[in-house]
Amino acid sequence: MILTLRLAWRNLWRHARRTWLTIGAMVFSNVLLVFMISFQFSVYDLMINNSLRAFSGHMQVQAPGYIDDGSMRQTVAEIVPLASRLRQDFPDADIAARASGFVLASSEQRSYGIAVYGVEPAFEPSASSIPGLVTDGRFVESGDEVIIGTVLARNLRVSVGDELTMLGSGRDGSFAAAVMTIVGIFDSGIPDLDRSIAEIPLATFQEVFYMRGSGHQIVINAPTIDSASDYRQRIRALLPDDLELHDWTALQPGLKQAITADLSSSFFVYGVLVILVAFSVLNTGLMSVLERTREFGILMALGIAPGRLGRLVLLETALMGAIGILLGALLGGILTAYFGVTGFVVPGMEEMAVRFNLPARLYPGISVVTLFAGPFVVFLVSILATLYPAFRLNRLQPVEAMRAA
Amino acid sequence: MSAVRCVDVCKTYRQGDEDIHALDHVSIEIANGGFVCLSAPSGGGKTTLLNAIGGLDVPDSGEIYIDEQRIDNLNKGELAALRLQKIGFVFQAFNLIPVLSARENVEFVMQVQGVAADKRRSLAMSILDEVGLGGLEERRPAEMSGGQQQRVAVARAIVSRPALVLADEPTANLDSKTSDELMELFTELNTHHRTTFIIATHDRRVMSYAKRLIKMLDGRIVDDIAQA
Ligand SMILES: Nc1ncnc2c1ncn2[C@@H]1O[C@H](COP(=O)(O)OP(=O)(O)OP(=O)(O)O)[C@@H](O)[C@H]1O
Ligand SMILES: [Mg+2]
Repeated sequence: MILTLRLAWRNLWRHARRTWLTIGAMVFSNVLLVFMISFQFSVYDLMINNSLRAFSGHMQVQAPGYIDDGSMRQTVAEIVPLASRLRQDFPDADIAARASGFVLASSEQRSYGIAVYGVEPAFEPSASSIPGLVTDGRFVESGDEVIIGTVLARNLRVSVGDELTMLGSGRDGSFAAAVMTIVGIFDSGIPDLDRSIAEIPLATFQEVFYMRGSGHQIVINAPTIDSASDYRQRIRALLPDDLELHDWTALQPGLKQAITADLSSSFFVYGVLVILVAFSVLNTGLMSVLERTREFGILMALGIAPGRLGRLVLLETALMGAIGILLGALLGGILTAYFGVTGFVVPGMEEMAVRFNLPARLYPGISVVTLFAGPFVVFLVSILATLYPAFRLNRLQPVEAMRAA
Repeated sequence: MSAVRCVDVCKTYRQGDEDIHALDHVSIEIANGGFVCLSAPSGGGKTTLLNAIGGLDVPDSGEIYIDEQRIDNLNKGELAALRLQKIGFVFQAFNLIPVLSARENVEFVMQVQGVAADKRRSLAMSILDEVGLGGLEERRPAEMSGGQQQRVAVARAIVSRPALVLADEPTANLDSKTSDELMELFTELNTHHRTTFIIATHDRRVMSYAKRLIKMLDGRIVDDIAQA
């Protein structure tokens, strides 16, 4: 085996320049793949984290059907005690109860239909980024206090200290109305939130809308997005059967769709890149087999089976592929690490950035997966591309092969 | 027992609308330990006959036996195994794997035969010494003369003690002194190991070493002479 390996290795350097060109194609695509995939997955993590952290959370406890209908009557009973029990069981997670409804919000001059959320003033700041994004005034504490987004404030022509009248219907369908005082205005940067929601203390909400201790959602954030599914399983086990626990893909289907769409378009690009490498490897393989026709003919005359010669050719590609993986992962890792420190502004990503609450400058991170997934695929495809020249050796007739120049 | 037996072997090539009878009803029997020269003018059918005996090429008709085992109806894989185990080949030139040293060239075939690594190495060293290449074991083919390369090819052909060595114009690229040395090596192997040799050549010096001289013309055997 060592001798075969040595033979394969030396065969590579019979045409050092061609071998380096082939390895170069592998390394080039590997570096690109490592950088692009690392970058892409960092963006997805940010997208998920930022847009989930903003408001919807990693997962939510809801009554059955609420996710589709959003009806006021689909409630979680005794929501505050339930949330505090979960908080005790999962001290590392950020947990806050909410209730929500639709109201007509009116200032002295204008009216808009908005969603109003009752939130726990003590816990909402850790579960959502909105309380921290109050740029004018402060977050709600108790009583008839409300915060609204900048766009809504502009539309209603109100500012901190003004009054806001809300008209809607309560849980039992009866008329609900309240006059609230604006104590803060937030700027989340997410247009939907800034335009159409208001937050008031949960206790006030329950009173105004006749909730009798119930609410609509318990927002839960696991310590990291990666641990979310683990938390989800453990929390699910503790919840009563008549409640549902939705993860972020259900809460924000648009986010998942955006990621899936972006993934499939970039995989197309990666596919093209990998196919180009495959053709370069195929070309090298065919040439290296062709120019050794005579040599292979003699080896076959000595009784060496074509399959063994085919394996030799495959081994030669595997060696080039291994160098390609090593250099590709190394250079790609260095490049990614460099941009991980200095940051990287992506041209043409502004729209996604606004929609999913991303910073303008991104800092890609590296993981084992993003470092080796691309190069590994390039390796496999290179081997596949060599199967053809390797199998062609089966058709070689020793007599004709030895006659070849 | 005969090492090689051919019965009524025919091989015809078509060239344009002309049939070329490369082998025309050839029947020969070569005993174990034979030392045979096959001589013919160019195009006489020497290579075709050697290839048929070595299972590199399948005749159109007739039967071929190696060690009384019929081989003309074996498949490709069986023929490869037969060559690997029983037959050593030496060709005119450029026989060796250029990127492997003399020793590695000899070892490579043994590795395919499944010989253990340490045994392989010592066998290769001793056979190279035997063919007079002691000290040149680590040279690559490009660093050796034609005669030295041909000896490596011979070493590779005989290292696993095949019963039969087929050599197709092994001296065509060698000067007369080197040719003599190679033929003396063949003679010695023939006497000491009873290896059967069939050597195709049109070199008179080579023929003088043979115990038996078979002359061919246009695919037919025209003469079969025992020599002293
Ligand atoms: N593949 C082939 N296609 C067509 N004709 C062939 C082929 N191989 C051999 N021949 C013909 O068969 C005849 C015998 O050829 P062969 O190679 O056996 O001769 P040879 O005695 O070895 O000649 P040389 O001394 O030149 O090597 C020649 O006429 C040759 O042209
Ligand atoms: Mg010939």
